[in-house]
Amino acid sequence: MNGRRIMTPDEIRRAVVRISHEIVEKQAGTDGLVLVGIQRRGVPLARRLADAIGEHEGVRLPVGALDITFYRDDLSLVAQQPLVKGTDIPFDLNAATVVLVDDVLYTGRTIRSAMDALVDFGRPEAIRLAVLVDRGHRELPIRADHVGKNVPTSREEIVKVRLEEIDGEEGVDIERLAPVAGVAGVAG
Amino acid sequence: MSVGLEREPSQAVEPASGQSDSGGAGRAAERPTWPHRHLLDTDVLTGGDVELVMATADAMKQVLARPIPTVPALRGRNVTLLFYEASTRTRVSFEVAGKNLSANVVNIATAASSVTKGESLVDTVRTLEALGAQLLVIRHGVSGAPYLAARHFGGHIVNAGDGWHAHPTQALLDLYTIRERLGQSLAGRKVVVLGDVLHSRVARSNVWTLTAAGADLWLCGPATLLRGFEAWARVGAAGRRFTVTSDVNAALRDADVVMALRVQRERMASALVPSLREYAARFGLTAERLELARPEAFVMHPGPMNEGVEIAPAVAEGPRSVITTQVANGVAVRMAVLQLLAGRVA
Repeated sequence: MNGRRIMTPDEIRRAVVRISHEIVEKQAGTDGLVLVGIQRRGVPLARRLADAIGEHEGVRLPVGALDITFYRDDLSLVAQQPLVKGTDIPFDLNAATVVLVDDVLYTGRTIRSAMDALVDFGRPEAIRLAVLVDRGHRELPIRADHVGKNVPTSREEIVKVRLEEIDGEEGVDIERLAPVAGVAGVAG
Repeated sequence: MSVGLEREPSQAVEPASGQSDSGGAGRAAERPTWPHRHLLDTDVLTGGDVELVMATADAMKQVLARPIPTVPALRGRNVTLLFYEASTRTRVSFEVAGKNLSANVVNIATAASSVTKGESLVDTVRTLEALGAQLLVIRHGVSGAPYLAARHFGGHIVNAGDGWHAHPTQALLDLYTIRERLGQSLAGRKVVVLGDVLHSRVARSNVWTLTAAGADLWLCGPATLLRGFEAWARVGAAGRRFTVTSDVNAALRDADVVMALRVQRERMASALVPSLREYAARFGLTAERLELARPEAFVMHPGPMNEGVEIAPAVAEGPRSVITTQVANGVAVRMAVLQLLAGRVA
């Protein structure tokens, strides 16, 4: 691996705790708050935020999962079919303050898709955005309300978030985009 | 039949940076490949292909459960339905599926089209492509017609039933409906297809998917309506064996699933069956016969039904019938197929 570590497991944990406080502070409490993680790594992050808020506020916030596959505007550019992982929002979004949770904020297109998907489920009072890493290079007028870490990157780099729940290990690294030939070899 | 189901040119290159918000790396494993440009029959689907259809159909079923069951997955895409044969459920099912994915659905009624002036299938297909059709859903009375169309069409073709040959989306929705009840593996489960097997494209497409799923498949009907299938059963479908019999009691005994097929009245002229009454008496799926099956067995029918002929009304509408579930699942499965074929650049 040719990666450069930008967040250790401890730093991820602290960022989650800090964001959990920020979310409650911004809302002046937990009334009407719900967390919705974007598949895949946004979902365990949303659960961790709910756990942290549960610890310091004594309130268990509802957590949902959002799959944005059908809402992407760049599907036609993706060579292989994404496996749809499913949307599970078992609560009413109307009048709720939804905190969207994702691992990395980059172009903003995922978030645009996620907002499109969300409003199909109801009319939230407000939608906010919490991300573990903001790596810049926005292509849409979208910004995060809560950021774990701002990381300047180049477009030739990949921000790789690994979470225990999905990857069996924990950490955030910056890696160089593999040369195209090498990637083709892996995927082909 | 080897024409038609061409593999797409290799597109294995990971998307360039800027397409996935986390940068894309490591996601290749989460993106199973769907290698088919067309869906003409189930015979070329691998186990992985079938799993991808089933998983995508699960997601589509979630969409269907929403208050507004519409997602923008195929927005701006043109899905054209070209049906040369009468159909209600399949045509409407594709139409609803396309509209739920926000596609522009164009419906050609061949009886009111230039087909009546003698326009050939190939000319019609070329014309529809020039008019913007990107995904063409074809039903045709002649076996192989969609394969011919696929050779002259730049987009994607879905076979919605061709002659006696194939009806892949029906087989996939049947499999989906069975798996909803019996789980992913059908190993050791006895599935009986009962009726006019000879003229049934549903039966043929189901042979591929059900044997591949590991089911103990039995095809049962009058000997005149099984011609050719004994020989096929000896060879097997891709080597996987199934049983062919005219003994309805042996077929139904301990069955987990019974799928009745329509007796195609229009075939009766050829005297393959003495009379509908005799057919009903000897091969009709009655409540009494169904007692031979397992207590938890369920009943399927691809429709349209001749109630009182191949299936008794009490069975079709009884508690063991999943016929309306099949219809509902058909929309989800067809949404999945459209999404897998056309949810990207041709």
